[in-house]
Amino acid sequence: MTASSVPARSRLPYWVLLAIALALTWGLYASGLAADILRYKKDIAYLIRQHLMLVAVSGSAAIVFGIGIGIWLSRPWLARWAEAAIQAVNMLTSIPTLGKLALMMSFLGIGPLPAIVGLWIATLLPIIRNTYEGIRVVPSHLVDAARGMGMGATAILWRVEVPNALFVILAGVRTAMAVNVGTAPIAFLIGGGGLGELIFTGIDLQQHGMMLAGAIPTALLAVAVDFLFGQAQYWLVPRGVNPLRDA
Amino acid sequence: MIRLQALTKTYATPKGSVSAVDRVSLEVHEGETCVLLGPSGCGKTTTLRMINRLVVPTSGKIFLNGRDTDSVDPVELRRGIGYVIQQIGLFPNMTVAENIGVVPRLLGWDAVRRRRRAEELLSLLALPPADCADRYPNELSGGHAQRIGVARARAVDPPVLLMDEPFAALDPVNREAIQDEFLRMQRTLRKTILFVSHDIDEAVKMADRIAIFHAGRLVQFAPPDELLAHPADTFVAGFVGSDRTLKRLRLIRVREVLAPVGDRTFAMNAPHVSPDDDLRRVAALFLEHGNESLVCVDSSSRVLGVVTREAIAQRLALQDAQ
Amino acid sequence: MPSLSAKRTNVETLFFILHNLPAIGERTLEHLSIVSVAVGVAIITGVPLGIAITQSRRIADTVLYLGSIVMTIPSIALFGILIPILSKIGQGIGWLPAVIAAMLYAQLPIVRNTYTAIRNVDPALRSAAIGMGMSVSQRLARVEIPIALPVIIAGVRVAVVINIGVTAIAAYIGAGGLGTFISRGISQSDIRQLITGALALGLLAIAADYSLAWLQRRLTPRGVAARASP
Repeated sequence: MTASSVPARSRLPYWVLLAIALALTWGLYASGLAADILRYKKDIAYLIRQHLMLVAVSGSAAIVFGIGIGIWLSRPWLARWAEAAIQAVNMLTSIPTLGKLALMMSFLGIGPLPAIVGLWIATLLPIIRNTYEGIRVVPSHLVDAARGMGMGATAILWRVEVPNALFVILAGVRTAMAVNVGTAPIAFLIGGGGLGELIFTGIDLQQHGMMLAGAIPTALLAVAVDFLFGQAQYWLVPRGVNPLRDA
Repeated sequence: MIRLQALTKTYATPKGSVSAVDRVSLEVHEGETCVLLGPSGCGKTTTLRMINRLVVPTSGKIFLNGRDTDSVDPVELRRGIGYVIQQIGLFPNMTVAENIGVVPRLLGWDAVRRRRRAEELLSLLALPPADCADRYPNELSGGHAQRIGVARARAVDPPVLLMDEPFAALDPVNREAIQDEFLRMQRTLRKTILFVSHDIDEAVKMADRIAIFHAGRLVQFAPPDELLAHPADTFVAGFVGSDRTLKRLRLIRVREVLAPVGDRTFAMNAPHVSPDDDLRRVAALFLEHGNESLVCVDSSSRVLGVVTREAIAQRLALQDAQ
Repeated sequence: MPSLSAKRTNVETLFFILHNLPAIGERTLEHLSIVSVAVGVAIITGVPLGIAITQSRRIADTVLYLGSIVMTIPSIALFGILIPILSKIGQGIGWLPAVIAAMLYAQLPIVRNTYTAIRNVDPALRSAAIGMGMSVSQRLARVEIPIALPVIIAGVRVAVVINIGVTAIAAYIGAGGLGTFISRGISQSDIRQLITGALALGLLAIAADYSLAWLQRRLTPRGVAARASP
């Protein structure tokens, strides 16, 4: 696959994004805030590592459990309970992350653990929903053909159902992970560390430089994660079922 | 080759139990094409799907080559039977070659052998492997996709093929073409084929014998011509259509009723037929020109014989008597 | 955080809630005021924008892409960015930055759903409407929008739920709302406030989601099969 096979359509927005980023950077320098921000270089370096740890642990656990539970709920023998379970998942998804973290704190106290568990739950739910939906809408005649040809249940799942659902599943993972990075700053509030420290302290102390020193890296991180999973969507999903790669 | 013995399938519904298939017994010989025919809901598809155990029979037995299919693991059973469905069912996440290679892979063939077999089947279908093998199903036309669906069913050369209205989703032109191709293929390969259809014309064209179903019961099991000549009851007669004599005429070629010219003479540009034309065309020409006889010529316009109305009537009567 | 026995915690929290109902009510109204203003403005700007971009695929792609970039910015980060800007006009903290941030987050779901819904209106219907002699605005008002309405409401639903979450965080920039229970609960190590805040937020979000889902179903023209796709 060469770079030129990336649809031209998606090249335009990246270009626009770059222009905006440059404009903003220029604005920062012009207003003198840039110097302020750079004072916190060391903090940023340290806190970014903490932040990434929170995201990586809660995120990978969410992906593994989310896809696993989603596949499990899609099994035909669970059909009766699956709808109810998905309703519950939907309800829990709408609860704001701050609320979920608060509950975690009341059960597990403060520190990285409740933060990771809270983020894990928040990231898990959309992935479960997308996985379940994605597999559910795989056309039933494909499963019928697979059965009729003599595929066992495991083969049908991994060679037919999951590949055909993969685009939707990865879309869910992409959104969930971007949300994960975005809500990770709140983890600071319950002792989880991360870039939230700079943001919230900066707001408290009315220090704009400190605030931006936390806010900008978080935003950039979120965009980077979204881009990464967007690429995963592009490359991992087979061409025949990948709208991004319409030949 | 395939023997169904009192095969029954009932479903429990709120209104009591419903018989989708009611004590069906028939036997399909090796190399024979048997069409299961009937209106929708008559049990033909359910019967087909019991053969590869996608549906579990309520009672009755199925014997494949003498072996009771009950005694075989269903998954293994299916790997030895080709299965083609109406929606084709090519997996969109796999290339054409990968699709064809599904059952070979389940049986443990290595990658090289699978690829070679896929290319072999594609060449047989006159689809250049270099072009097609790595395409995805969504890039194919309906006709190509259907052919590849059939190729996929033949990948491990199973002796039996089950086909559930495989050509129903194609437009009429493509359908004719693929039916003809299929018949040609059958003439060389002689597979045992069970073919579900709701189209009497398709059944008459494709079948060695037709099994006609009504409300779950097997009503008649006979070669096409006999079915057309002697429908077993009013349902069959109605299903076959009131133009069944015309349909019968389509089954007979001119060469089968050719008689010597004798002392007849024909004008230079008189209407003529070729030996391979069917009698329905002859009848049409009779009506068009008001004749009762037509000359038959070959491709170089040499006279081969004559076909007369009496000869046709005699032929039909002869088959009636059988 | 000392771990209290679960029963004691539940009872104490119950008492706390009952004693503080007025405060809970006030915070809820604060919360709702931010969300409703933000979503209201977002609908007024977003629906026309969504309709407008159906004219050009390229512009639509760009707008939607920019919108999704905004969505990936964490809400607290967006506050962090808005505060320096707004403090120039003395509105750095409190209600205004909260509303503006919430409105920005509400934009993409509404614009995207409007765009998708209008674009997915069966072209045959559009041709029929044009053939009957409807003008563009008549077509929009009488044919396309009624059909697109369920999906647009689905977008509003997503926007509202997101905004309830964003507004919760806005408590940390002095905007009030139900997030204050949580922030105080953390700073005062008061588990009762934590649970109250979490419960209140959860119930509010679930109630909003379900009532908008009901509205979506009610407004679905009977002949249209609306897939509830957030």
